[in-house]
Amino acid sequence: MCSVCGCGDHAHDHHHHDHDHAHDHAHEHAHAPGLTPTRMVQVERDIMAENQRHADANRRFFAAQGLFVLNLVSSPGSGKTTLLVKTVEALKAALPVAVIEGDQQTGLDAERIKATGVAAHQINTGKGCHLDAHGIGHALEHLPALQGGVLFIENVGNLVCPAGFDLGEAHKVVVLSTTEGEDKPLKYPDMFHAADLMVINKADLLPYVDFSVETAVANAQRVNPRIKVLTLSARTGEGMSAWLGWISGGAAQAKALAD
Amino acid sequence: MHEMALCEGLVSALEEQARAQSFARVHAVFLEIGALATIEPEAMSFNFPIVARGTLAEGAALHIAHVDGHAWCMACSAKVAVRQHGDGCPDCGSYQLQVLDGQQMRISQLEVS
Repeated sequence: MCSVCGCGDHAHDHHHHDHDHAHDHAHEHAHAPGLTPTRMVQVERDIMAENQRHADANRRFFAAQGLFVLNLVSSPGSGKTTLLVKTVEALKAALPVAVIEGDQQTGLDAERIKATGVAAHQINTGKGCHLDAHGIGHALEHLPALQGGVLFIENVGNLVCPAGFDLGEAHKVVVLSTTEGEDKPLKYPDMFHAADLMVINKADLLPYVDFSVETAVANAQRVNPRIKVLTLSARTGEGMSAWLGWISGGAAQAKALAD
Repeated sequence: MHEMALCEGLVSALEEQARAQSFARVHAVFLEIGALATIEPEAMSFNFPIVARGTLAEGAALHIAHVDGHAWCMACSAKVAVRQHGDGCPDCGSYQLQVLDGQQMRISQLEVS
């Protein structure tokens, strides 16, 4: 019996054998009547290739527009939306800015952004746990032209799934608030490894919570030695100037590359 | 939940391959999943038969080969094996590691007819 296609008996499990050698052959020999001969084909294709195709297209579009795009990720409740509201209020006079909001349900976050006068589009993922690059491409159709500006994507509050989905952004920014554990980077390493910047939010609460910034930073650097860190409070404004400066620097660079 | 989305991506990749390599049915799918990939192989195995129902891969077996991850240890100036993010260098304990591979989620081969 052929061990590859299992001809002669399709009812049993014929997949115990090792596949460490190539099987790019069709079976020429006779098969039992009624059974379809099978063949092995080599593929070498990434499961994420479809998302990557859309992400690459988004990235090309962003580069052509000189648009600086940030993908904000965190647990629910870290203060991403408050941080974004304060950020777009500070930047909107100087730069074209817009926000794509991702949540399982409701348009509440987009409404908070729109209240500042900045364009926002809400994506509801329904049962989905992350935004994907295809959805971002379509969300762009609902936003005004943003040449030389900044687009913020607020991902679904989830420290697991969004780590694996490239949206075409320049950077993933992970927001960790002082009301969460400083061990989050060790518990959710994929996300902290995927991020280029960690924003420690709710710094105004540091006197009241058992959160060591030093330990949180050490934990984040343990999973990602390259990660940059900014500590701020979106509520009081403490530390916001460094964050705004980092964004403006990135936006200037993206614009210069497109010009 | 996102393994469901990955399984949907996998099935659409199979449909694309079916057109490119002229086959109608997929009997087995062989995946290579790196130790540092953002995927849970067990959840993938659970979701695949559900997502594959009614497609060219209905009833197909899913075989997952686990592939080690590697990183460059800046302290040792050497390539070392890593099992997960946050683990130090197995030789010197340093966390100054630059991931080289082990993040892949690839379809390596298919048994088709």
